[in-house]
Amino acid sequence: MRVTVTVNGERREADDVWEGESLLHVLRERLGLPGSKNACEQGECGSCTVLMDGLPVCACLVAAGQAQDREVRTVEGLAEGADRLAPVQEAFVEAGAVQCGFCTPGLLVAAHDLIRRAGRPSDVEIREALAGNLCRCTGYEKIMEAVRLAAARTASAELSTEDTP
Amino acid sequence: MDFLRPASWAEALAVKAERPDAVPIAGGTDVMVELNFDHRRPPALLDLTRVAELAEWSERDGRVRLGAGVPYARIIAELGDRLPGLATAARTVGSPQIRNRGTVGGNLGAASPAGDAHPVLLATDAVVEVASTRGVRTVPAAEFYRGVKRNALEPDELIAAVHLDVARGPQQFAKVGTRNAMVIAVCAFGLALHPDRRRVGTGIGSAAPTPVRAPAAEDFLSAELTDAGLWASRRPLPDAVRRRFGELVAEAASPIDDVRGSAAYRRHALAVLARRTLGWAWDEYREGGWSACA
Repeated sequence: MRVTVTVNGERREADDVWEGESLLHVLRERLGLPGSKNACEQGECGSCTVLMDGLPVCACLVAAGQAQDREVRTVEGLAEGADRLAPVQEAFVEAGAVQCGFCTPGLLVAAHDLIRRAGRPSDVEIREALAGNLCRCTGYEKIMEAVRLAAARTASAELSTEDTP
Repeated sequence: MDFLRPASWAEALAVKAERPDAVPIAGGTDVMVELNFDHRRPPALLDLTRVAELAEWSERDGRVRLGAGVPYARIIAELGDRLPGLATAARTVGSPQIRNRGTVGGNLGAASPAGDAHPVLLATDAVVEVASTRGVRTVPAAEFYRGVKRNALEPDELIAAVHLDVARGPQQFAKVGTRNAMVIAVCAFGLALHPDRRRVGTGIGSAAPTPVRAPAAEDFLSAELTDAGLWASRRPLPDAVRRRFGELVAEAASPIDDVRGSAAYRRHALAVLARRTLGWAWDEYREGGWSACA
């Protein structure tokens, strides 16, 4: 079947999609967007996290046909342009919150969504929001640091925008 | 495989009547796992996420009609005050990603004994509304579970909604697992106090072939609370009553040894969960806010 979905603001079409296929497979294998990672394929690890109609979901658990006409945002669509990372991406780099990197795309999407919703989340809120994203390298301290940093920067950037007449 | 995409409830029922072999899919948190791992190759998938009616809830005369497709995240955000037990259970489902997709309808459709919604549905006397082109019927939750991953649905039927009373007393849910998030229950327990009718409701998860109630525990505690005038006096519960309640809950289970835990551990843990949730619920009742009698 053909699946038409808006990915990162662009209307995309995938042909010959098998009816039992996941959105994750469509993104990675048919639309050339391998940022979302394929690991557990059962919603346990969060490495395939994308935003669908604005909500974080595991792309491995969305049937491709369910994404028809929906808006999907992947890790590739977080940055505002080719030369400027999103605040949460910059913070992950600076805080050293990346080791092997496999969990990073999912964590970035989940953290980005959290900061957008919660502004300056507490540590408890960060832990809760990232509870569906597993990292098997680092432990989570650097990731926590990165999210706190990104949230603080986003909040102060918004403040200074408000201050500008 | 066919991918069937009804746009309305009437169309969904018509499609299911024509294709009883089609597997309904909502949040995909069970069905997609089976597909991804090649455990299941149904001739057709019936996508219910475009049926707007399923994603709605409404309240009338002290009853909530919860559409089968309302995701857990919305139960937490929108129904925490009306359905505190179900909302508490919803908070323990998977992860934020899973709660954004998973639904009570899906839990009922899968009918896994470990489904997190079941204990509270049993404890609160929830009623499942199922439908087909032949008509609508209602099935009490206690009669809906028919065996391991089997339910009372006919092949042409779909789950429309769940009906629950707006809480008139404290409700609790607790589950045991290896961590807080992303855990399939080793065992779980739901409790509802119904001061308006001087009854107690229970539900046990993951410790029998199906979710089950603990009728002897319900009768025992209801009688203790009523006979000792505790509904009205709101005095502390004797420890012996809490302990006996826990024992009776554990006796109602018929757990097995499996990878998540042993039968003996499940029994023990259930007694602890029952005692503990009763303590929380009774404390909440004593603090007031809930009227003693309708």
